[in-house]
Amino acid sequence: MEVIFVLIAISLILAGTFLFLFFRAMKGGQFDDNHTPAIRILFENKPNNKNKEVPSTKSK
Amino acid sequence: MSGTTLEQFKYDNTIVKYFGVATIAWGIVGMLVGVIAATQLFLPEANMGNPYTTFGRIRPLHTNAVIFAFVGNAIFAGIYYSMPRLLKTPMWSKALSWFHFWGWQLIILLAAVTLPLGITSSKEYAELEWPIDILIAVVWVAFGANMIGSLIKRREKHMYVAIWFYLASFVTVAVLHIFNSLALPVSFFKSYSAYAGVQDALVQWWYGHNAVAFFLTTPFLGLMYYYLPKAANRPVYSYKLSIIHFWSLIFLYIWAGPHHLLYTSLPEWAQILGVVFSVMLIAPSWGGMVNGLLTLRGAWDKVRVDPVLKFMVVAVTAYGMATFEGPMLSLKNVNAIAHYTDWIVAHVHIGGLGWNGFFTFAMLYWLWPKMWKTNLYSNKLATTHFWMGTLGIIFYALPMYVAALTQSLMWKEFTEAGRLAYPNFLQTVIQIVPMYMLRAFGGLLYLSGVFLMVYNMIKTAKQGTFMAEEADEAPALKPHVAHDGEFWHRAWERKPVFFTVLATIAILIGGAVEIIPTILVKSNVPTIASVEPYTPLELQGRDLYISHGCVGCHSQMIRPFRSETERYGEYSKAGEFVYDRPFLWGSKRTGPDLHRVGGKYPDSWHYNHMVDPTSMSPGSLMPPYPWMADNIMDHSIVPAKINTLRKLGVPYPDGYEEEANADLMVQADGIVKNLKESGIAVMPESEIVALIAYLQRLGTDIKKTTASNP
Repeated sequence: MEVIFVLIAISLILAGTFLFLFFRAMKGGQFDDNHTPAIRILFENKPNNKNKEVPSTKSK
Repeated sequence: MSGTTLEQFKYDNTIVKYFGVATIAWGIVGMLVGVIAATQLFLPEANMGNPYTTFGRIRPLHTNAVIFAFVGNAIFAGIYYSMPRLLKTPMWSKALSWFHFWGWQLIILLAAVTLPLGITSSKEYAELEWPIDILIAVVWVAFGANMIGSLIKRREKHMYVAIWFYLASFVTVAVLHIFNSLALPVSFFKSYSAYAGVQDALVQWWYGHNAVAFFLTTPFLGLMYYYLPKAANRPVYSYKLSIIHFWSLIFLYIWAGPHHLLYTSLPEWAQILGVVFSVMLIAPSWGGMVNGLLTLRGAWDKVRVDPVLKFMVVAVTAYGMATFEGPMLSLKNVNAIAHYTDWIVAHVHIGGLGWNGFFTFAMLYWLWPKMWKTNLYSNKLATTHFWMGTLGIIFYALPMYVAALTQSLMWKEFTEAGRLAYPNFLQTVIQIVPMYMLRAFGGLLYLSGVFLMVYNMIKTAKQGTFMAEEADEAPALKPHVAHDGEFWHRAWERKPVFFTVLATIAILIGGAVEIIPTILVKSNVPTIASVEPYTPLELQGRDLYISHGCVGCHSQMIRPFRSETERYGEYSKAGEFVYDRPFLWGSKRTGPDLHRVGGKYPDSWHYNHMVDPTSMSPGSLMPPYPWMADNIMDHSIVPAKINTLRKLGVPYPDGYEEEANADLMVQADGIVKNLKESGIAVMPESEIVALIAYLQRLGTDIKKTTASNP
């Protein structure tokens, strides 16, 4: 059963890493805005097609 | 922002196409093998009478193909499409992307070859032998490096929640895979686990459960948070909830492993630990389900017409069902009924067919028109596929639940006189054969639907034009304005981070290889004095048992219930397994438990039973193994095995490897003599002799102790 100490150690290290990353992300302002990211992913950029030949398709 | 120049860049769709095609191709293979395995359970002839296609070897082939080939490739397709778009940068390295792609396909190919050949470590979902394990680690790290590289080069400061899920999956799977695969090689095709018995079981299920958590759940939740809003064209219901449930999910999941070992020889406190965390897990899991389903509020009219959303709704619902069932199955009183039965099989297939399968289909139906710049060829066909799949899941799961409860109740039933109502295990199997037929039909229905999808996708691609690269533009990420914690921010924005991660992984590997055996040497002191290492012949027999995947149907763990001690004998104790590398407790009883089978029957019974099971148990569903009587075993590897095991702490005396083969022949001759008395002639080197030696040894060590040892 000694292996459980190893597993607990690894799990704690992993959980600690996640905790550290969470605080870092908090501090870094990752979670300051809980609204726009959800909307931003829905926008699809349509860059001006000046440098590539686009096959003609019916764009929806 | 005004005043900043827009940078131009291109997303690579080709890699997504390749991963997508691989997903379907391997999906069909994996599901086909699954249907064959399901058929074998009611029609033993479907084993096709050779060692390579018997159930014991087909089952791990099916699980590996579906989990790592089908779901794995789907994860990569989904990530390689969504991640660049979320970060506004192409993937960090095209070379790494392709290395990842071909490396992964090579691993799958190696698995498809080695598993039918019986080259296996026998640890569930980690069956592949050590050289392939190393390859997996390398390819996996390449994948992670590619993600982290893209992250550093990103033009979008905020990391969308899907990215967090992808990263956690990468990190955790790497750690799990490395620690569970630790083993000492004997040869290129054989290794012995670094852990024994209870230890091995605990590490295996710490890994096994987290494979479900971080390979089948978190990557797909990440995909859900990208593709579901995209398909519905609605922002996710609650972004805050997605963040909260992400962090809580990954914190809790790591600890739930022991719920696979309830009522086994694992110490009680470890079992309780697993139960507590498993029950808590319902909150973050359902957070994900609720968030997914509520994203569709106000968009249910779209669900009526869009097959992509149809698939997604059922997928997320199946996720919710499976994650309600999981905590419930983790309650000890429920687990007492469900463990070793088909309930567990039903449970994983709600997750596998419903959550992973359906979400993968939805994602591919959404991706193909996007990448070929056209519309889906046929919504009608996709809807037909949806209904076939849904019916397939229902036809799969419901019979399995009925079968599970039927069998479990039959196992536990006593007569008025206090005897087992069904003392013959076979009765409980034959009772549920009709359910097995229905299950196979459900699987076949599900698989048939996939062929509709293939046709639909080919036609979609034909009517469109593939966009190998999609252009996009975004302003460069503003260099961070330093404030508190400046150092970390700066480090994060630059390459050193990537090397730090690689270094950490390297350190973990090195540390693990050194620390673990050191810690575990102590554990090799037998806690039951009469328990001794296997003899060379028994060791050979055990490895044969492993190679044929007998553990797929036979457990070796008698739980401390009266119904089990009555049927099988004394319940299993932790000290009995100290020389079991790997452990073979099993997860499912399609046949009876074998932990106390030693000495129960004469050698000739085992011989006849292996050559033709129906001769000893009429109506048996076990495949016959007639070749075992003729196949000659190569015992020249025995000294190397003894050496390896001694290094791991098994107390074979010094120099025993010199005498091992002589001992082996003495024991083999004894079995040959026994068989001769029953009129059976076999060569002492034949496989069957080694197998009989192992089976006759099972669970007998504690019987040697007299009443002096309570």
